[in-house]
Parts: sequence; structure tokens; C-alpha cells
Amino acid sequence: MTFKSLIIGALTALAVTAPALAQDTVAITGGRVLTGSAVIENGTVVIRDGRIVSVGTGAAPAGARIIDARGKVVAPGFVAVDSGLGGSEVSSVGGSDDLSNNANTISASFDVSYGLDPWSITLPVARLGGVTRAIVVPNHPGGGGGHQHQDDSDFAGAGEGGYQSPGLFAGQASIIHLAAGTDILVRPRVAMVAPFGEAGAGVAGGARGAEFTQFRETLAEVRLYARNKSAYDRAGLRDLSLSRADLEALIPVANGTMPLIVTVHRAADILQVLRVAREEGVKVILDGAEEGWLVAADIAAAGVPVLLNPISNLPGSFETRAARMQNAAALNAAGVLIAIKGNEGSIHRARETRYNAGNAVSHGLPYEAAIAAITVNPARIFGAAGQFGELRAGAAADVVVWSGDPLEPLSQATNLFINGQEQSLTSRSLLLRDRYRTGGEEAMPPAYSR
Amino acid sequence: MTFDPLRGASLAVLACALAGSLALSGCATTEAAEDGAGTPPVREARALPTGLDAAVNPDPYPSTYRPLPRENTAIVGATVLTGAGTRIENGVVVITDGRVAAIGGAETAIPAGYRTVDARGRFVTPGIIDVHSHLGVYPSPGVQGMSDGNEATNPNTAQVWAEHSLWPQDPGFNTARAGGVTTLGILPGSANLFGGRGVTVRNVPSVTMQGMKFPGAPYLLKMACGENPSRVYGGRNSSPATGMGNMAGFRAAFIAARDYKDKWDKWRETGEGSPPTRSLQMETLAGVLDGSILIQNHCYRADEMALMVDMSREFGYRITTFHHAVEAYKVAPMLAREGICAAMWTGWWGFKMESLDGVEENAALVDAPEGSCAVIHSDDAELTQRLNQEAAAALSAGRRAGMTISEEHALGWITLNAARALGIDEETGSLETGKRADVVIWSADPFSIYARADQVFIDGALTFDRMDPAYQPLSDFELGQPGFGLPAAGVRQGAR
Repeated sequence: MTFKSLIIGALTALAVTAPALAQDTVAITGGRVLTGSAVIENGTVVIRDGRIVSVGTGAAPAGARIIDARGKVVAPGFVAVDSGLGGSEVSSVGGSDDLSNNANTISASFDVSYGLDPWSITLPVARLGGVTRAIVVPNHPGGGGGHQHQDDSDFAGAGEGGYQSPGLFAGQASIIHLAAGTDILVRPRVAMVAPFGEAGAGVAGGARGAEFTQFRETLAEVRLYARNKSAYDRAGLRDLSLSRADLEALIPVANGTMPLIVTVHRAADILQVLRVAREEGVKVILDGAEEGWLVAADIAAAGVPVLLNPISNLPGSFETRAARMQNAAALNAAGVLIAIKGNEGSIHRARETRYNAGNAVSHGLPYEAAIAAITVNPARIFGAAGQFGELRAGAAADVVVWSGDPLEPLSQATNLFINGQEQSLTSRSLLLRDRYRTGGEEAMPPAYSR
Repeated sequence: MTFDPLRGASLAVLACALAGSLALSGCATTEAAEDGAGTPPVREARALPTGLDAAVNPDPYPSTYRPLPRENTAIVGATVLTGAGTRIENGVVVITDGRVAAIGGAETAIPAGYRTVDARGRFVTPGIIDVHSHLGVYPSPGVQGMSDGNEATNPNTAQVWAEHSLWPQDPGFNTARAGGVTTLGILPGSANLFGGRGVTVRNVPSVTMQGMKFPGAPYLLKMACGENPSRVYGGRNSSPATGMGNMAGFRAAFIAARDYKDKWDKWRETGEGSPPTRSLQMETLAGVLDGSILIQNHCYRADEMALMVDMSREFGYRITTFHHAVEAYKVAPMLAREGICAAMWTGWWGFKMESLDGVEENAALVDAPEGSCAVIHSDDAELTQRLNQEAAAALSAGRRAGMTISEEHALGWITLNAARALGIDEETGSLETGKRADVVIWSADPFSIYARADQVFIDGALTFDRMDPAYQPLSDFELGQPGFGLPAAGVRQGAR
């Protein structure tokens, strides 16, 4: 590297970091502020040191950098639940996917946090959709997660080998933020994931009765292990079906301190899950719950939250025959705490989370409840209430300024902060767009443009 | 209408496609030639045993579609987006005998006795056309016994017809209609280089496939570039296993098809020797060569599209539409020059290597050159319910890039351009005088996330009404299933 280029490099670095150094207080003024649970017209949001200082109608503090949001909407960053952001680059490229694991000795103990990549090209794309945090969940290798394209689904498994008895559990989820930088992990091991219903039955041998039985037997083994660790270490305990790592990982699930995300669809299965969870003292979060509206009162009475995709309305299988667009509205009306998911594993299409919320609104969910379902509710469900997902003093400054209603496709993000740091609204996709926006037929090939 | 039996079977299908509805009854047989307008045959064709000469019965599974009961109607007061690029405030759409009889501003005359629909404060558009659907062939429920979209047994299955897999009871037809979809291109899957014939259907409830079949619409041929065929067959240690294997497979098939077509043409001209043996596979490819069957080519990558264009020149046929054209924006000027439509998603990318370079601006960039044909498609039973939103996201991305694009223009991506991509733009795709009255009344601007299709008309007949359970059809499969008849969130469910 020449001296000259060194200087230019240094100047470039300064230019990037300078604004944050010069003005460490930011005030977003004049916008319609969605706090996550309320609406403030002509509001002022003040950010300092990575956190929200105040949200109200007062004047901006002296010396603050002002972002004029008149005619715009200011909202908390959206939280993608049931997401694979940072854990998978190209879904079909196995080596770039760290969301599912096939070993029968590392199932419950599988921890997605080790595989997270802060440089993932999916993160800037999600940011453009207003996503600032994600709950990254492992996928069960035996099925029950993600979505396959119809063009591919019918033959994707042809000629491929079977699974190595992956066990009942997919592994443990993490909370991440999407800020540019070297570390996106907010909190590892926030929840355990397990498929129930058809997928879980398939893992256990084919029938639901086998899975529930195996699940309860597993909990019994975990408790036995937890009471007799020293005997286990001396090889003085009877043989257990799980590895030591998996047993250890399941202790907080068995004692009710770590929530278990249960992928479940059919109303009958939901009732079974609620009953077994109550009897075993396990804290559950329902994921999917397409038929949840049929048993909404039971879910509400159990105080169990639900992660759902409001546009899943087709009887795609025999466990979603009652799927309806009104599911989100019905569960919310019954008092269930809901979070709305993005599409297709919420990785590349995490940015569609806001559209899913909008479609829930057009099918009966109150607007404020839809905003809550992609901001404050996910934080509540995953034990981070008050820490992010809402615009209120003390919360992490994940703030997005929108050109209009953020649930509308015709609106775009104009400013985006994560932990108080303004993020660039660029992505690899936008670089491609710019490279070809004039048609790509100039004398110099597109490869020469940046 | 002219019809020359010497030019082969598939021309009859094309002739039917070009004809108006009045001539439709003639499309079921070759007897259209008896109307006296056709060129007299040079020679009496030697009759072959029944079924061995495709020209004798070029439409063996004919449409039995009849429009639902309808009345002459005028829709008044709405903001009308015609699909052909224009916007009319406080517009009037007059529907006579299932066709658009007049369209214009508030001054447009409404004949006496017409039913008037008050659409003030609402929006009216043409019915949405999804050019890439697997409804019926990959139906809900997606169980093994019903998964009939890919005949993944040979890289060339041009002989299979999607209509022979189509289950009309797929509940997805109803949910698509509730999203404003009135016409669907139903395609085989993309496991094979040649997946088979696709069929265009009217989105009406029917006990039979024939009852949905779009009268006179040209047949489609599904082809697939790229990862899918080479993965499926390479995984079985057979060809194609690579991109070059894909091309070799395409070319070998067109060589055989050209030879097959030449043999039939010669036999019809001379009547000498033995007639060729009819081949369903070759018949479909010969239909591509004579222009009567329209290619719908799954092709993600720009470089592969360029190869397919050259191959079309090598064998002398036209490509109508590239589907899943994720990289179409990289060759937008070429596509416009070639007159090839590109059918695209807005939001789908990154699920496999050939989709890695997907950008939300694809439709806007493809749309920019003169003569272009940008289409938004679904390939998905959920997305097809919201093609208006997928178009809105594409429009929004284009505007984010600084492009000036109106809503009335962008609506063409899911209406008139889509009709062109299926070869039915003379019949539907826009609200223009003489066309089929496929009409959607939206509760709000269809580019808003909150817009719902209030009423959907197909050929002037009301087929869906969001407020009236009598016009919310359910498939047989949905009857009596869990949740049947129960209100969710206070809404009695006819539309899911």
C-alpha cells in the first residue's frame, strides 16, 4: 500500500466515524412516533450513548443533531422472531448454513450463537426492511422448519441420505442485533427449540403419542441427571439416552427457567402441549399455531405466547386445515401475547415482517397491536422487556424513521439507528442495482463499476 | 378466421387463441375449416386410425368453461386503473354480456336496465393474472398422494400436460380469487429441462379441469435452466449433471423435434410412404417450433437467458417468457429488444445460488427500456393472494432508486404484461372495450397493504364478494374440516 492510499484510507475511516464523535445526542423531531404500545403525534425522540433518553412532545435538547421527521413516522426497529439472520447465507448451500445440526449427541446442546456471522450479506438487506434485532433459532434437521419452494420441494430430498436420529430438539436460540460491526450477539441460549406435531412425531418414530412420551421420558432423565451429576460422572448412573451435553442443556428447560419454543400447528396438538407443559412445569412459547384461533381461550388462560405468520391461511397439511388470515386478530382479541414472523425462515425475507403485520391489520388486528407484535412483544416474550423493541427512556436506541406508515410497501426507511449508531442504508443488493441501473451495456463492462 | 390443415395441428390452437369468444365453439374440433373461409386443402389427407393424427383432433381435452350467471353491470365512482397504463378518477366501467362495453369518466353513458355498483372511494382494476402458478398440481394439502407437479422421471417430459394433474378442488383457487386473481397459468414444476405443457385457466370453481380451461388460450411449455435439472438428474448420476449438460439436452430435443415436424409436414404435403408415429413429446416441441405453444422458461441467471435466446435462433422459435428471472435486470435491454417477458418476484432471493443476486428493483429495471414486458409472478399459493402487494414493493423499490413510475403503469406488471406473457392479451389483462370483463373492486388503493378485494368479476360474473357469504365458494375439501363454519375474530369465514 502506498503512502497516499494510506492517507486516503485514514480519511475515509474518519469520515465514517466523525458524525458520531461530533454529535453524540440525536433528536428525531416532528414525526408520528409509534412507541411500540402507543402513538405520539409530532413527537420528539432523543438518543444518547446508545440508548433512548426521552420520548415525548418536548423540544430537542440544545446541540443535538436534529433529524427532521415531519411528515414521517418514527418507530422502534422491528424484531424478527423465528429467524435465521446471521446463521445462513444461501439457504441451499450447506456450508453457509449453521442453523441445523444432524448429530444425535449435540441436539439440545446445539447453540446457534457460535455460527453467527456479523458480516452476513443478509443483515443489511433486513435492515432496509426496518429489522434491527432478531431471535435466531436453530432449525430441526428432521423437518418442521423453514419453507420450501414448490418448484423445488417435490424432489429436494431425492437420492439424499436419511437423518442420523437427530433427537427431539433443534437446539438453542440467540438474540442478535443487526448493527454493523464485529459482534452481533446480544444474548445466547435464550430458548430451546423443538418441533411437535407431524414433524416431532416423525422424529420420534411416526406418531404423536411416541413424541410426547419420549419428551416426558427425556425430562425425567434430565431431572435424574441433575440430581445425580456426581454419580453420572463416576459412571454410577444408569444409561441415559441423551449425551451429557444435551442433558446439561435441558436442565433449565426441565426446571422451567428457559422457555421451550414448540413448533406446533394443529389445535389438538396445541392443547396437548399446553397440558404437558403445565404438568411438567415447562415454560413454552408456541410457534406456528395456525389453528390457534380454535383454542385461543386455552392459550390465553395458560399465559403462553405465540409466534405466528398471519398470512399462513392454507390447509397446506392435515395439521393446518383450520388455518385462517384472522388467526392473529383472534389470538390477540383473546388476550394472547403474539409476535408476528417474517417469511421463509425470516432470513432473506425477514424484511417482509412489516408486510405480514400489515396483512394482519387488514384482517382484523388493531394497528397498535400489529406494531407491538413486531417490536415490544418479541422483547417481552424473550425476557428483554424494556431493553429493546420500544421507544421509551432507557431502552436500546433501535429507531427507524420511515417515509410513511412502516407497514406499507410504498414506505421506505430513511434513517435507521441500532444501539444509537446510525446504520448505512446500503446492501449488496443495492450495489447490484446501481451497477445495472443504466442497462449494463456500456463499453466498459459492469465489473468496472462499484 | 382462416385455417390451413396443411400447416399442422398446433396452428389450430393458435387460431383459436386469436379468435374472439364467438368462435370458441369451433376450437374444440377442426371443423372450423368448414366455415368456408379457410384455404381449400391441396390434397385430401389420408385418414389415420383414431388418435394417431394430432391434426384430426387438436384440442382433445376441450374447455367446457361457461361464465357464471351474470347481468349487465356498470361500476361507477371508483378510481380506475385500467392495466394499460391509464388512471381514471370517478370512472365508469360498463359491462355488457361479460365484456367491457365502455370505460371512461363520470360522463360515460350507462344503458338503461343495467345494475349499478357504487364503487365511490374504492379502486377498480382488471383481474390479476398469475403467470406462474402450481395451484391444482401442487395443491393444498401438500401431501404425497396429491403432489403431481413434477414428472421428475426424465429430463424431457414435454409429453406431460399439467392439466392432467390439475385437481380443481385445491382450496388455493378460492384464496387466490379472494386476492383478485382471475386468470392463472398453471405450470408443471422445474425438475426437468422440459417439464411439460402448462394450461391457462379461468379462476372459477369447477368440478372438472375442463370447466376452468381458458377457451382458446395457447398452450404453454415449461422449460427449466439452471440448478434444478442438473441437481435432480446429476444426483442420479445421469445427464444433465451440469449447465452444459442442460444445454446439450435442450438442443438434442429440438433437433429431434425439428426432424419430427419436418416428417409430418412432408407426409401431409405428399401423402407418400408411412406417416410418422405420433409422439406426444415431439408434438409439444413441434408446437413450439410452429409458434402455437408459448415457452415459459424458468431461468434465473442472465448468462443463461442469453444462451437460451441464442438457442431459440439456432432452432428457429421464440421464447415468450422467462420465469423466476432473478437476474433479468442484468440483461434488461436485450430482453426488451427480443420482446421477451420477464416474470419476477420482488422479495425472493438467496434461497439458492442462482437466486443470490435478486434485487427488489428487478421489475422496475426490466420495465425501463422501450418495448419491455415486466411481470410479477408468484410460484406460491400464498404469494398469489397478494400479487398487488408484491407489485407495490417492486414499485416502491424503483422509486427508492429515483425512478419515476406511476401506480397505473406498475399495475400492468400483474395485469396486461402478464396477459402478454401467456398470449392472452387480446382477451384480458386490461379494462379496454371489447375485452373480457375480468374486474376487481378493491376496498382501497391496491398498492396499499390494507387493500382487500371486495368483489371479483370474471367475464362479467360476480365470483367473489367479501361481504356476501353466498359469493365465497368453498372447495369440497374444505367442507366440514376443523374450524368449518366457525367465525374467527368475529368474522364468519367464507374466505379463509
